[in-house]
Amino acid sequence: MAKQFQLNSKKNKLKFSVTVTLKEDVLDPQGKVVQNTLVNMGINNLKSIRQGKHFEIDINEKELTVAKKKIDEMCRKLLVNLIIEDYKINIIK
Amino acid sequence: MRSSVIVFPGSNCDRDIAVALEKMQFKNQMVWHKETKLPKSDLIVIPGGFSYGDYLRSGAIAGKSLIINEVKNAANSGCLILGICNGFQILTETGLLRGTLLRNKNLKFINKDVYVKVTNNNSKFTNKYKKDQILNLNIAHNEGNYFTDQKHLDELKNNNLIAFRYCDEKGSINDFYNPNGSLENIAGIFNSKKNILGMMPHPERMVDEIISNKDGVNLFSSLLN
Repeated sequence: MAKQFQLNSKKNKLKFSVTVTLKEDVLDPQGKVVQNTLVNMGINNLKSIRQGKHFEIDINEKELTVAKKKIDEMCRKLLVNLIIEDYKINIIK
Repeated sequence: MRSSVIVFPGSNCDRDIAVALEKMQFKNQMVWHKETKLPKSDLIVIPGGFSYGDYLRSGAIAGKSLIINEVKNAANSGCLILGICNGFQILTETGLLRGTLLRNKNLKFINKDVYVKVTNNNSKFTNKYKKDQILNLNIAHNEGNYFTDQKHLDELKNNNLIAFRYCDEKGSINDFYNPNGSLENIAGIFNSKKNILGMMPHPERMVDEIISNKDGVNLFSSLLN
């Protein structure tokens, strides 16, 4: 992965993933249904499940900090509804 | 009174609202979302439907479209804005109304006629209704579960900015008659200046006895008042 990162960095390209989940105090009925189904299937050590969204983003930028800032801007402006959702940005390569 | 109905790909109540507005003698124009200029309007309506297939979140993509900047400018200069159903969702996504609309608590798309109470009749949108009047209006949505933070909820209550609340036939507001899990049975809210109304029920579907009832008529005659 380090090699790939260097390669992408040279090519002015970086790849990120963003995970968006509902905030803890917001009811997640879909997660609840998935959880109940798994419990009904016999998986009983399950504590909780929250369902979310996953984005994979390629960006033409070689500076990691600049790229991260851009991704953060995308999240705040469109990808995430900050009233009800939290997000995590991860670098893939 | 001049009205504009904004049309997005996936809007499907735009014709209904146009028919209702014209029936009430509004001079109406349809405005495609790619337009950058709004015709001179006293009222802008964001109609119901599934703009952009509800991709990302209901109303999220429409909330960033070109025409929305014009709608925001118009709103800030006091133009009346009415968002119905997906229109309400779009208004929350643009920030013109605060809060958001979550998935219905029972995870089902709900299409039925429900009772709502007019909790504030002191507005450009509701002045022809009586205070606490009970209306029978249609709802048809998957994300109508209104949610906001405690501070804003207090503000809505203290400043009388809740326009409609779901209730039973006799006007009692309770959990059983809350179709979608909405906070405090909220069905519609105003912004602080009360020139913007967002509501999940469809008043435009209730303007003719032949197909439904006429409980929606007074919303339009209020605007003309």
